[in-house]
Amino acid sequence: MRNRPLLQMAVIGAIGIIIGIPVALAIPWFPADGSTQAHNIHTLYTVLLIVSVPIFVLVETVVLYSVWKFRMKPGEEEKDGPPIHGNTRLEVVWTALPAILIVGLCGYAYSVLRSNEKTHPGAMVVNVTERQFAFQFGYPGPGGKERLSPDLFLPRGQPVVLHLRSVDVVHSFFVPEFSVKIDAVPGITTTLRITPTRLGSYPAECTELCGAGHSLMRAPVRVVTPDAFRTWLAHQSPKAPPPIGTPPPDVLNSGEPGYASGTSGSGGGSG
Amino acid sequence: MAIPAKLRAPGWYRAAMFDVIGFAFAFGLTVLIRWLMHEHPIIDGNAITIVALIAVPLFFLVGLGTADYWFYWISGRPTRPEDHSAHGAHTWRDYFRVNTDHKVIGIQYTVTSFFFLLVGGLLAMLIRAQLAKPGMQFLTPEQYNGVFSVHATVLIFLFVIPVFAGLANFVLPLMIGAPDMAFPRLNALSYWLLPLAGIMMLMSFLAPGGSFAAGWTAYAPLSTTMPLGQLFFSIAVQLAGASSIATALNFLVTIITMRAPGMSFFRMPLLVWANFSTSLLVVIATPFIAASQFFVLLDTALHFHFFDAFVGPEKNGNVIMYQHVFWFYSHPAVYIMMLPGFGIISEVIAVKSRKPIFGYRMMAFSLLAIVVLGFTVWAHHMFVSGMAPWIRIPMMITTAIIAIPTGIKIFSWLATLWRGVLHLDTPMLFALGFLTMFTLGGISGVMLAMIPFDIHVSQTYFIVAHIHYVLFGGSLFTIFAGVYYWFPKMTGRMFDERLGKWHFWMTFIFFNLTFGPMHLIGIQGMPRRVAEYAAKFAAWNLFISLSSFVLGASTLIFLYNVVASWRWGPRAAANPWRAMTLEWQVSSPPPIFNFDAIPTVVGGPYEYGVPGAVHGIFKPPTEARPVTVGAGTQTAGGGEHH
Repeated sequence: MRNRPLLQMAVIGAIGIIIGIPVALAIPWFPADGSTQAHNIHTLYTVLLIVSVPIFVLVETVVLYSVWKFRMKPGEEEKDGPPIHGNTRLEVVWTALPAILIVGLCGYAYSVLRSNEKTHPGAMVVNVTERQFAFQFGYPGPGGKERLSPDLFLPRGQPVVLHLRSVDVVHSFFVPEFSVKIDAVPGITTTLRITPTRLGSYPAECTELCGAGHSLMRAPVRVVTPDAFRTWLAHQSPKAPPPIGTPPPDVLNSGEPGYASGTSGSGGGSG
Repeated sequence: MAIPAKLRAPGWYRAAMFDVIGFAFAFGLTVLIRWLMHEHPIIDGNAITIVALIAVPLFFLVGLGTADYWFYWISGRPTRPEDHSAHGAHTWRDYFRVNTDHKVIGIQYTVTSFFFLLVGGLLAMLIRAQLAKPGMQFLTPEQYNGVFSVHATVLIFLFVIPVFAGLANFVLPLMIGAPDMAFPRLNALSYWLLPLAGIMMLMSFLAPGGSFAAGWTAYAPLSTTMPLGQLFFSIAVQLAGASSIATALNFLVTIITMRAPGMSFFRMPLLVWANFSTSLLVVIATPFIAASQFFVLLDTALHFHFFDAFVGPEKNGNVIMYQHVFWFYSHPAVYIMMLPGFGIISEVIAVKSRKPIFGYRMMAFSLLAIVVLGFTVWAHHMFVSGMAPWIRIPMMITTAIIAIPTGIKIFSWLATLWRGVLHLDTPMLFALGFLTMFTLGGISGVMLAMIPFDIHVSQTYFIVAHIHYVLFGGSLFTIFAGVYYWFPKMTGRMFDERLGKWHFWMTFIFFNLTFGPMHLIGIQGMPRRVAEYAAKFAAWNLFISLSSFVLGASTLIFLYNVVASWRWGPRAAANPWRAMTLEWQVSSPPPIFNFDAIPTVVGGPYEYGVPGAVHGIFKPPTEARPVTVGAGTQTAGGGEHH
């Protein structure tokens, strides 16, 4: 084995991969998965890690092994290495293998995307209006009226379509536990599909820089049982939605809510 | 009235006078137009500032003398024939004059860029100080947004892009056996545009309402509703962009027309290939960011309606269009900031491994493949932007495909190391550190191509981690490798190897401690560009901030090493690394006109280990003969010595 550097490296690399993959998977990367979309994305990430670790280990093994075995030793100051200019077979392999891997990963990612963005005929619609620096959630009711809420209440297990609009600059809507996000863009309506699966309270965040209040632009999201949701919704009084483009509330000057107070400060609407 | 000679001759006095004239011009023009248009008040500070931001730099450049020759020529007056008396730098003062010598310009570029690295780095320290604890710290949200916007802008437009242009300016003409760049006066103008752009970006902090604070991406309509400082960005980017385009044209013409006899395209060092590819990207892509910022300028200053889509009557601007135009430049810009580094790494790894570069032709072709593919992936920055959903699919595929030519390069560097005689000195350590961290940046890049995962992590700290692995672990490490590698050639002095190693290890370790954890907090949901954050991220952020302060301090070692070695270091030999490329065949620093005799190239640039191989001979082509048969043939498919 002493004179077979490739075999030595293969052994070192295999050990690296066997240790590396469990370590990479053991890291608690994601927050809790709170939607079917999140579940699919977490699985996708696990696959990406399993593919990535061997590639990184391969590169590192060659670098560190070369540093260890081929470093200049005393007396070799004037020595040159063997004049190897290339190896067609090897170059074909390291072009073709990544290509195959990439085709496979793209195909898999595409299937996850299709599944995550599947339309559900009975999906509940919520209109999200974003402005500097607040969210407003509207639940369409009969007669063009909307029940408006500063919190997003969602029934567990119910597919939801969010229709997002912005009245000023580009914002975004992201709930880490749901693993999906979309920008709210002035002038157009964007959509986001979520099927919440886990009861709890989560923060919705604006993740697109939208001005001075960007860091504080958050809203509470509550995933409740369908019964609790119906009760809550019945307590919201339907109103005609305010015309789009009404001046934004002055969030920044209303007492600078911190992260914790920002999520609880709008709990008045809960039932 | 006699004008004193100092004010008539090109130089700083005349430049200062022209600045005053430029401001008066801006003032007069604005007041005149506002008077004609019946605008009130006639004297409007914002309007005057905007016109002055355009006029004063141009007047300054004329005053400094970057355009004297052209004005003489245009007006039919006798042009002063170039007597080359301005070639070379004899004292430090010569670096503050308009100089057409590519070696002087190379050093001007490099030193200026490193000044802005320090500025950008200090801003990063401010960012990390603010984020060390959750909750608002000493910066207001507006100030914080300004600080990270200027941080990114300065480091992209005033450091990474121009420092590569600077290193190549010095090295590239020498490498191809040329006496200078093709257009030396244009070269000088390109340089002098840069400090103006940088100063303008920093001066935005003094603008009423603070500096530009819409991120370096300046997304409309946030940017079009920002205070005056935003326009400092819009206009400074035009100056930096013009500089970039002019230099790229200069490189292209130089490489195509000024190669020494015998230097065929496939005998060019890979650094030359890399700058050829980069220059193609720059001339095609950079006009797009210029356009995007002109749109913002027109929207803000003259109330055009490109991006004005605030819902309501007569508001039908197209917000997503901004992002398309912006990223059509700014994705290729990632390769503009990386390909020259690939070139540096190829030089360093071949010389320090004492082996020919593995698969030379594939290395060159993969650069060209990246150039072409680089234009087909821009919308992967927009997977959550609300654009038409189908665009995401082809962009995912092209993005993932770029990993193939990039992978070819990484594997070829690894194969070059294999069985070499590795000289593990400072340039080589930075090259190997680059290999490690760029691989990580590449892996997270392929992850980001996968649309569902990208939807989760876009606009989070995962993106911050990824771009710093690519631009810091990637580009900056290649820049350090290049600066150490060519330091003896540029200054004629050797750097301190021990300090160099300290610099490497501190940078390498604390870089990873700073940016590694950002992947994790990003996936856990910490948004980027926030002045404060949820308490659950507090521990990691404190850790990151402390690591970043040590990382910042590691730059001081570099700074001391470079300054002290330049002043007091031991004299460098002409070719301390025993390299074959032409720049090492002349003295350190090179003679004023580079070559006493134009060399003839008779073989490949990396024939290490080939007995008797020579790359260039300092004789005319009729007398120069290859020493060994076959030394000039480089094939990707050889392997005959394997």
